[in-house]
Amino acid sequence: MSYIRPVFRHPDLPRNALGFTRKDYEGAISTLCAGCGHDSISAAIVQACFELALPPHKVAKLSGIGCSSKTPTYFLGNSHGFNSVHGRMPSVATGANLANRELIYIGVSGDGDTASIGMGQFTHVVRRNLNMMYVVENNGCYGLTKGQDSATADIGSASKKGEPNHFEPIDLASVALQLGATFVARSFSGDRAQLVPLIKAAISHRGFAFIDVISPCVTFNNNPKSTKGYEHVREHLAATGTVDFVPFKEEISTEYEQGESKEVALHDGSVVHLHKADPELDITSRRSALRLIKDYKAKDQILTGLLYMDENSQDLHEILGTSKTPLRDLAAAELCPGQKVLDKLNESWR
Amino acid sequence: MKVTNVSDAEYFHKVVDCQYACPAHTPVPEYIRLIAAQRYTDAYMINWESNVFPGVLGRTCDRPCEPACRRGRVEDEPVAICRLKRVAADNKGDISALMPIIPKKKNGKRIALIGAGPAALTVARDLMPLGYSVDLYDDQRAGGGFMRSQIPAFRLPESVLNEEVDRILDMGVLTHFNHYVDSLKAVLDKDYDAVFVGSGAPRGRDLDIPGRQAAAANIHIGIDWLSSVAFEHIETIGKRVIVLGGGNTAMDCCRTARRLGGDEVKVVVRSPFAEMKASPWEKEDAQHEGIPILDNHVPKEFVLEDGRLVAMAFDEVEAVYDAAGRRNLVSTGQAPVIVPCDDVLIAIGQENSFPWIERTIDIEFGKWDMPVVDEVTFQSSNPKVFFGGDAAFGPQNVITAVAHGHQAAISIDLFCQGESVTKRPPPGVTLVSQKMGIHEWSYDSEVAADVRYHVPQAELEKSLSNRKLEVELGFDAATAFHEAQRCLNCDAQTVFTEKLCIECDACVDICPTDCLSIVVNDVDEAELRHKLKMPAKNTEQAIYVSADLATGRAMIKDEDMCLHCGLCAERCPTAAWDMQKFYYTVSKAGQGV
Repeated sequence: MSYIRPVFRHPDLPRNALGFTRKDYEGAISTLCAGCGHDSISAAIVQACFELALPPHKVAKLSGIGCSSKTPTYFLGNSHGFNSVHGRMPSVATGANLANRELIYIGVSGDGDTASIGMGQFTHVVRRNLNMMYVVENNGCYGLTKGQDSATADIGSASKKGEPNHFEPIDLASVALQLGATFVARSFSGDRAQLVPLIKAAISHRGFAFIDVISPCVTFNNNPKSTKGYEHVREHLAATGTVDFVPFKEEISTEYEQGESKEVALHDGSVVHLHKADPELDITSRRSALRLIKDYKAKDQILTGLLYMDENSQDLHEILGTSKTPLRDLAAAELCPGQKVLDKLNESWR
Repeated sequence: MKVTNVSDAEYFHKVVDCQYACPAHTPVPEYIRLIAAQRYTDAYMINWESNVFPGVLGRTCDRPCEPACRRGRVEDEPVAICRLKRVAADNKGDISALMPIIPKKKNGKRIALIGAGPAALTVARDLMPLGYSVDLYDDQRAGGGFMRSQIPAFRLPESVLNEEVDRILDMGVLTHFNHYVDSLKAVLDKDYDAVFVGSGAPRGRDLDIPGRQAAAANIHIGIDWLSSVAFEHIETIGKRVIVLGGGNTAMDCCRTARRLGGDEVKVVVRSPFAEMKASPWEKEDAQHEGIPILDNHVPKEFVLEDGRLVAMAFDEVEAVYDAAGRRNLVSTGQAPVIVPCDDVLIAIGQENSFPWIERTIDIEFGKWDMPVVDEVTFQSSNPKVFFGGDAAFGPQNVITAVAHGHQAAISIDLFCQGESVTKRPPPGVTLVSQKMGIHEWSYDSEVAADVRYHVPQAELEKSLSNRKLEVELGFDAATAFHEAQRCLNCDAQTVFTEKLCIECDACVDICPTDCLSIVVNDVDEAELRHKLKMPAKNTEQAIYVSADLATGRAMIKDEDMCLHCGLCAERCPTAAWDMQKFYYTVSKAGQGV
């Protein structure tokens, strides 16, 4: 039965720099529908964290409500987790990040949790460039409440019920670009080869890294008339190029053709290498990204891959100039230095 | 790579490693499930159909199934298949009503069986229900052949052997015991329609080194000595005993000697311990009974004092391997090792011997003076004469003899009915979905994490003082259940339907042992094996290759590590994967084509 997973794993499983195997990054067995795109994304996160050799106890997973927001249970079972109120994951993530800047924050949300009830929260966490990876598992419907159209459903797209959607969709990648996100990508749950390096780059990016992942809902929105089903997405998929994430410690070994590739260095010395499929794309330009998204949409194509990245990103802590020591590591005397210090401070503003 | 043809019965047969490795191809997972369900009679009957001697084999089989068991690839130890078989035999109910009906009216064909070992008894078992008249000749006083004379009673109680031998004889076999056949020609002259030779490999190899003749009174050939013990001609042995040889017969000799008064019994073997021919569990049992095993010692001479055997001298050697991996035992150059002894048992192998087969009756003899026997039909160059068991291709084991017996019976039946013996009937194969509902299969798909259970043994002191006391006590019902649950149900096959697959990766992600990959097919098998999610390094295990899917990639499954847990099928939204029970039975005499 699928809620029982055997203890055995392949005896030759590779080990990462920490000596861990993929098993050490697994979570509980999924209770989502069989074939859910979200499970593929969970597996991609497991793979990316394994490859990055992240110490599981240095990661915090945050989510809101919905099918997508259940998934943090299904990966990184040895990490911290917070399943928050519907659409309020950004606030909790902001609080956690400000209190402890040393953790790696992985936020998982859905199209309902982000583009409907949580839209207000989402826009502000983007603006603030909070240092986190924010993944939207976007299936264009409310799977947990039987598949009503969500705010990201395309006009004319019909779910299993068969009624086409009349309302303009919210394109979350475009919204994130307009509000100042410093890393924006789009991917497809069925394209593991693209998704894993994007997640690795997003986790390594300092600042707000947003990935909109189209993730088919097999139960309610995987029918021929849906624009978010496996078949439609595969037929209309286009990519900005292939992304390689090269960690700081490794040398770049792949040879790239001149002019078709772009390297972006990260704050820790790692390099994101985009092998461009469309020479029009300039991943350091928001305008270029926004235009291309529109251009491809006009051609009835879904542009995936890395869309935009800001090399000089300054995250919330840098903008606010907060303490380099995590707040949670400061003792009471440092956090509350007493009347004398307060008086001095007030004096300085007189 | 070519798309896998799963309609070839041998593909899925090979996935059921235990059944495939068994010479008789007994449907192991099926009877193990029945044991877990406490349906011992049903489990016994599946065995009886296939291997004829479940009670005997459940104690003494060489168990080629166990090293093959998939469980041994995902963890340390295989399922205790052999000892589970014994549970079925020990706990079965009355099976007399389940026995085949023997026609009162015979078909007029008369068959002679020479030897009453497992091969000949299997031929009788298969032919009697078809109406043949069968005459059985053997020089021992009862049936069973080497199962009776060579396997000590502390491993195989006589009652267990009698029950299974008598079940066949009671079908109406005309027995001629205490009857040594000294001329095959004389048998053929009796106008039998066919003759089956299952006379075993009855001659123990001797060791011709200095002192052999002078000390003859205290030197015994292992298999002859065991036989004399079994038939109670010998009841004692000296206090200090050396057993020469490293095979299972040596293990039986040393343990028997221990029970007949041998206080200091030692096994001395030429090869390194790890390379001894004896099964690991037999070596363990011998050591457990306080019998040291001296390896790397080559016998040099029998040492006599006043005309009496007092010791043996050995040359200590070292195994050296050349570039081709061939072993050479090279002397260490030390002074000979002297091991004092009163008696020596020589168990260094056994040979075939056919002094009773005339070379004038159209039976061709080839290499090593062995009859030329067809490996499929078991027919000799005299079309009326068939061989099986150790007599066919040299010493093997009980289960191999049974497998030979089944095939020879098919040939004899075809031959007597005037058909071509090369027209072999196909195996019986069924493949049935096990799906009962969402997350529900008609087999217990949960994979137990238990490690192998040990079979309890009788107290050492008690068993050493009674040659007939069975050492192994067998699993009780509760332990048998837990051990049976370790079986991975390899016959619950993963069956894939390309046109249903939407390539959602759910199966690839859930597979606990990373057996599944969706990748672009490759003409080169090595290349394809290498690019899977986990490279498929064990080339003895097949990889399943589907036809191309919608995206141009193919579903590839490495059969090596599959736990048959059914999670791929449970997580599949379109039922492209299904778990289907594969049941394979070897063809049988009289089943027709």
